[in-house]
Amino acid sequence: MQHRLTTPVTREDLAPLRAGDTVLLSGVVFTARDAAHGRMMEQLDRGEALPFPVEGSALYYVGPTPERPGQVIGSAGPTTSGRMDAYSPRLLDLGQAIMIGKGARNQAVKEAVVRNGAVYLAALGGAGALMAASVKTLEVICWEDLGCEAVRRLEVEDMPLTVILDSQGGDLYESGPAAYLEARDGKTG
Amino acid sequence: MRTLSAAALTDTVARLCVQANTQLPADVAAALDHSRQGEPWPLARETLDLLWDNLSLAREQGMPICQDTGMACVFVELGQEVFIDGNFEEAIHQGVRQGYGEGFLRKSIVADPLRRGNTGDNTPAAITLRLVPGDRCTVTVAPKGFGSENMSRLKMLKPADGVQGVKDFVLETVRLAGPNPCPPMVLGIGIGGSFDKVTYLAKHALLRPLNQPHPDPYYTALEAELLEAVNTLGVGPQGFGGKTTCLGLAIETAPTHVAGLPVAVNVSCHVTRRASEVL
Repeated sequence: MQHRLTTPVTREDLAPLRAGDTVLLSGVVFTARDAAHGRMMEQLDRGEALPFPVEGSALYYVGPTPERPGQVIGSAGPTTSGRMDAYSPRLLDLGQAIMIGKGARNQAVKEAVVRNGAVYLAALGGAGALMAASVKTLEVICWEDLGCEAVRRLEVEDMPLTVILDSQGGDLYESGPAAYLEARDGKTG
Repeated sequence: MRTLSAAALTDTVARLCVQANTQLPADVAAALDHSRQGEPWPLARETLDLLWDNLSLAREQGMPICQDTGMACVFVELGQEVFIDGNFEEAIHQGVRQGYGEGFLRKSIVADPLRRGNTGDNTPAAITLRLVPGDRCTVTVAPKGFGSENMSRLKMLKPADGVQGVKDFVLETVRLAGPNPCPPMVLGIGIGGSFDKVTYLAKHALLRPLNQPHPDPYYTALEAELLEAVNTLGVGPQGFGGKTTCLGLAIETAPTHVAGLPVAVNVSCHVTRRASEVL
């Protein structure tokens, strides 16, 4: 099933999403990778505000290539999300609603997704040019010293994503391969 | 003795950095195309089609295929009769600096593994030099992304583990990698040598075109068997499930110690990049 969503989102917006569904996401998406997550945790420890409004927000784990003159963004596929596992539950508990990346998450993240009615969506890993096509504007909003890891504010239109973790505990990385193997072995055996 | 200018080496490396990051080698593209034609699972087929579209988009817009334009792994086979009229390593680093700057490629290297700090120009390159007979210099740039590099593994097996131990280790590595290395993957497998050499063998195996099997029939058969076994696991493109988990794999071996059976798997992704030139 395909869903259209616009950020910021509510828990109700995300409730119908199931692992394996596809999403066309529009609105504002913030980028953050390892180093930016580390700094956000320091801000929270000091009781400071995060660099973006966290309620209902979407974070894309991406470090794009530099844009050429005239381009909005360079190549912009997802990085491996597991490296953000240590930080994500805290952000989800504060209201972050959508994580975008690729690759497996740990149990703590899965529980935080269910607890908060959030979702984890996959962008196409290694398809940087394709993912870039849905980005309409880009602005570096902080930590420019981090280079490709600086936090960027993107406006996106119909960004093609796949639901990996849903609020009911579904996980496409488990159910997808299992469904394929069941269909294959059912056919041949 | 033939003189090769350091400046020519720099220019070549710079050009190869850009070429490798924007144009997938023909053999890898062919393997991706072949896999999508033969993929029976609908979601997997759709996913492979999108990865295929990404290649044309990257080509049309001169954009890197993947945003992780990698650590610049540079392999040089230098003829013993070649004299380089400058600093060999610096010439290569300068090529990487130039290529990653002018090519709008991402700078992904930190100066220190623990204290971090981006070097800002993607240097230093990871240089591997081999001296060979002759007066030619073959340069290969193979940018390596770390989503897949991080899933690579090494194990010192016992000789009694034999070929079954190697097969089990490869399959276990793919299972553990799951969706993380952007499957469909490409695997470079090293068997033999020593603790350090076996990882070199695995990395070097990734340079061999996927349509070129191992010259020794014993290993040709092992490559075919392993590829088939990996593609029964069901991980599928992007880990969403499906037949196509691996586009191809290559084995490289070396003599080893009577007491040892080292094996290493260098995991790579569907954007396995390399570009070569002979100077």
